[in-house]
Amino acid sequence: MKRRTMSATAADGQIIEARGLAKRYGEVQALAGLDLTVPQGTVLALLGPNGAGKTTAVSVLTTLLVPDAGTATIAGADVIDAPEDVRRRIGLSGQYAAVDETLTGFENLDMIGRLYHLGRSRSAVRARELLERFSLTEAADRPVNTYSGGMRRRLDLAGALVAEPPVLFLDEPTTGLDPRSRNELWDVIRDLVGRGTTLLLTTQYMEEADQLADDIVVIDHGREIAHGTADQLKAMIGGDRIELVLHPDSDVNVAQRIMARFSVGSVYAEGGNMTVPITGGADTFTAALRALDGAGIRLTDVSLRRPTLDDVFLTLTGHGVDRGTSDRAGAELEDVAA
Amino acid sequence: MMQRLAFAVSDGAAIARRNVIKIRRVPEILVSVLISPILIVLLFSYVFGSAIDIPGSSYREFLISGVFAMTLTFGATFTGAGLADDMQKGIIDRFRSLPMSRSAVVFGRTASDVIYNVLSLVIMAATGFLMGWRFHNGPAEAILGFALLLLFGYALSWIMAYIGLIVPSVEVINNASMMVIFPMTFVANTFVPSDNLVTPLRIFAEWNPVSAVTQAARELFGNIPAGTPDPTVWSLANPVLYTLLWVVIIIAVFAPLAVRRYARANRKA
Ligand SMILES: Nc1ncnc2c1ncn2[C@@H]1O[C@H](COP(=O)(O)OP(=O)(O)O)[C@@H](O)[C@H]1O
Ligand SMILES: [Mg+2]
Repeated sequence: MKRRTMSATAADGQIIEARGLAKRYGEVQALAGLDLTVPQGTVLALLGPNGAGKTTAVSVLTTLLVPDAGTATIAGADVIDAPEDVRRRIGLSGQYAAVDETLTGFENLDMIGRLYHLGRSRSAVRARELLERFSLTEAADRPVNTYSGGMRRRLDLAGALVAEPPVLFLDEPTTGLDPRSRNELWDVIRDLVGRGTTLLLTTQYMEEADQLADDIVVIDHGREIAHGTADQLKAMIGGDRIELVLHPDSDVNVAQRIMARFSVGSVYAEGGNMTVPITGGADTFTAALRALDGAGIRLTDVSLRRPTLDDVFLTLTGHGVDRGTSDRAGAELEDVAA
Repeated sequence: MMQRLAFAVSDGAAIARRNVIKIRRVPEILVSVLISPILIVLLFSYVFGSAIDIPGSSYREFLISGVFAMTLTFGATFTGAGLADDMQKGIIDRFRSLPMSRSAVVFGRTASDVIYNVLSLVIMAATGFLMGWRFHNGPAEAILGFALLLLFGYALSWIMAYIGLIVPSVEVINNASMMVIFPMTFVANTFVPSDNLVTPLRIFAEWNPVSAVTQAARELFGNIPAGTPDPTVWSLANPVLYTLLWVVIIIAVFAPLAVRRYARANRKA
C-alpha cells in the first residue's frame, strides 16, 4: 500500500495550495504555471474567459486530471499521491450538471450518500435535508429529466454537499442560468461560505466574482494575469459608473455639480455626455437619479455600467476578451444588475 | 484492507441499485429484452422445428438449451452498451470525484445485468414449457442447469464490459459485438448437432464454450435425444467442467482488465 501524505490541515492554514500547475493538450497550453492559495474559510474566484483554463485547473485540484507539472494539496492531501484522501475532503459541482437523468432528485442524492459511505438511513435523511434546503422538495420524487436548468444546477450543488465537505469547487456555477436562478444560487453559496466552507469558484462574470469572492485571480491562457480583492481589481479598472446623456434643454453645470456629490472620482463630462464613477451600485444610482429629477434635469439616456470581464481584459492586456474563444463573456451582468 | 473490500462491495451495490431503478424507470428496454426471447423461442421452434428432424426426440426439446445459450450470449451486449452509455453521461463526472471504490461502476453493472438474464431465462423457460419442453432429470439438476447458464452469461458480460469501456459508443458496441457473437452462437451445437459440420468448423464448434454450456444444459435438463452416442471430444464429454473453466478464465482475465480500464478513464494523464 502506498504511504499517504496528509495532515489535518496544512501547516500554514492554506486549504488549497497549488504550485506551478501545467497541462498541455496537443498544441494548447491549457495551464501554464498556475499558482493558487486559498486560506481556510475564504472564497477564491478564478475569473477568465472561455478557454482560459478554469476547468482544467479545477480538474487537477479535484484529482480528475494529472497535471504535466506542478503540485497541489487540498487540506494537506496531495492530489497526485493521495487522490482518495482529497476526494474525501472535497465537493465538486462541475460546469455541466453531473446528475443521473433517469433517477429522481432524491435517488441521486441518496446514491451519492451511500457512495460516501454515510450508510443507508443517514443517506436518505441527508438527501431529504438537502432537497429541502435547495427548494427541491416538491420535485424530489420526479426524474431529473423533468427539471429546469436551474433545478439541475441546484441538485448538482446539493450533490457536492452530501458529505459536508470542508472544501468546495464550483466550476461556473451560474453560467447559462436566468437572473433569478443565478441570484438564488448566489444566496445558497453565501450561506455555505457563512458556515465556514472554503470555496474555489470559477466564473466568466466580474460581477459574480465581486459578489462572492474574497480574492480574485484573473487568468488567461492558463496563466495568472491579475490577482487581488474585488476592490483592488475595480480600483485598477475603475469600478461602477453612471453614464448619462443630458437632454439638450438641461443645464450641464448644474447636472455636473449634482453628480459630483455621488462621484468617487472626478466626473468626466463632454458636452451633454457624462461618466460618473460611483460606489454603492444601484442605491447610489437611484439616489443620483432622484437628485437630478429634483433639480429638474432631463435626461436622454442613462445607465449604470459595471465593470465586465471585457473591461478587466482591456485594462490588463490592452485588448478585450478574444472573441474567437469566448461566447459568453460579452453577455455580462450589467443589464441584470442595473 | 477488509474495509476497502467492504466499501468495494457496498459501492458496487449502490451502483447496482441505481441500475435497477433505471431498468424499472425505462420499461421499454425491459419489454424489448423480454419480447425477443419469446420471439426467438417461437421462431426457432416452429421454423427450424418443422424442418429439422432429430431421431428419438422432439427437436424443440433439443433446441431450447441452444436458444437459452444464444440469448444469454447476445444479452451480454447490454452490459457493454450500458457501460458505454454511462461513460458518456454527466453522472460519471460525479462518480469520478467521489471517494468511492474504482471497481464499483463495473461490478455494479455486471451484477445488475444478471437481472436481465434471469428474467429472459424465466420467460423463455415459460414459453418453452407451453410448447412442450420439459426437463426430465428432476428439479435439482434443472436448477443447476439454469445456474450454469447464468454463470456463463455473467462471465460473458465481463468481456462486453471491457469492450464497452474501450469503445464508449453504444452503436459501435452493438455492431462490433455481432461480428463475434454470430459465429460464436451459430458455429456450435446450439441449433443442429455439430457432428456433420466440415472439419474446421466442427473442431471450432466442439471447443466453442457456447457448445459446452448448451451441451451441459441439455444433459442437466435431460434433453439429449435417446440413442445419441456420448461425445468423444473432452470439452463436450465434460461440458459442466469445461464451461466452468471458461467462466473462471474469462472473469479472471476480463474483470481486472475492465476495472483497470475504468480507473484509467477516470484519471486522464
Ligand atoms: N480534453 C481536452 N482536449 C483538448 N483540448 C482541451 C481539452 N480540455 C480543454 N482543452 C483546451 O484547453 C484550454 C482550456 O480549457 P478549459 O480549462 O476547459 O477552459 P475554461 O474552463 O476556462 O473555459 C482550451 O483551449 C480548451 O480548448
Ligand atoms: Mg470550463
